[in-house]
Amino acid sequence: MTMTLRDIINKLLRRQPASASTARERLQLVLAHDRSDLSTELLDQMRKEILEVVAKYVEIDVDEGAVSLETEDRMTALVANLPIKRTMTGQIQLKEPTNQSEEETESTDQKS
Amino acid sequence: MATDTRVILICSGKGGVGKTTLTANLGISLARQGLTTAVLDADFGLRNLDLLLGLENRIVYTAQEVLEEECRLDQALVKHKQESNLSLLPAGNPRMLDWLKPDDMKRIVDMLKEQFNYVLIDCPAGVEDGFKNAMAASQEAIVVTNPEVSAVRDADRVIGLLNTNSIKPVQLVLNRVRPKMMANQEMLSIEDVTDILALPLLGLVLEDEQVIVSTNRGEPLTLNSVNSPAAKCYLNIAKRLQGENIPLIDPLEESSGFGAKFRRLMQTKIF
Repeated sequence: MTMTLRDIINKLLRRQPASASTARERLQLVLAHDRSDLSTELLDQMRKEILEVVAKYVEIDVDEGAVSLETEDRMTALVANLPIKRTMTGQIQLKEPTNQSEEETESTDQKS
Repeated sequence: MATDTRVILICSGKGGVGKTTLTANLGISLARQGLTTAVLDADFGLRNLDLLLGLENRIVYTAQEVLEEECRLDQALVKHKQESNLSLLPAGNPRMLDWLKPDDMKRIVDMLKEQFNYVLIDCPAGVEDGFKNAMAASQEAIVVTNPEVSAVRDADRVIGLLNTNSIKPVQLVLNRVRPKMMANQEMLSIEDVTDILALPLLGLVLEDEQVIVSTNRGEPLTLNSVNSPAAKCYLNIAKRLQGENIPLIDPLEESSGFGAKFRRLMQTKIF
């Protein structure tokens, strides 16, 4: 994300950001969905199933986790950001839950 | 007879962004460069290209009669009064929509290709049959959009369809640019739109009240008022189509003085 001098001044003065950046962010989000042709229900279901599969192997922080669509250069990516609390395989368990460790699943999907 | 005719679809998805105005002005500009140009009104439901060119009273036959073989192509073509290199093939009756097929559009365009250097197709809004028929007959496309969320979103849909149908090149025209609003970051910037749509920019057109005056008169801006900001933009687009290397107008340069300098400073990217 880029920030301009105006954005920073607006932030310092707690003013609403200039509307162009809001427009840009809203467009990027809506286009990621338009381009993937996935409905909200399907995306929700996929999110649920991905979490179920991952939960078989590692204990994840469900509240912190996010599965979303991002788009850049007409490429749409499914991005999962799932903080791992601890692993479940073998006998090894992490003593302290490390919220810092993240697992990133990325699948690209060229939409034309 | 022209051998390497360029057939260009002018489309946008959303209505009212300036497809027909661009078609009319590009047609005039190309004709003034000595290129024989046909503009085809493919918006059979809501035709307007005749009105913008001031040719509405001179229509005898339309694309419909040509397809039904009730007249020859040259009987339906309406030659422009001042620019004899430009001809309009008017849209037929809205009832044509019931039976028109992509192959019909191809037949019409094939006939036009025999006589003209350029065929510009003024596409209807939407992504339904009207758009698909027009696309079937086209080789390349110009997508017109405004720096507004709804127009950009609809343009994205259209670009997706053009890509899957192997139309290329697809180039972008950003219409109704307001330099002051862009400088204040209250309007999507040129970079924002080209980044999001990932298309090469063929040109931008500045917002200009003269456009309305010219449509009132039925005389496209490029016909005479070369001093209008929008007319200059249209002429530049026509030259770039012809391969000339004309630099883009920087909308921030368009507003001058202290205010503009301040606005440019505020737009400096920090990170």
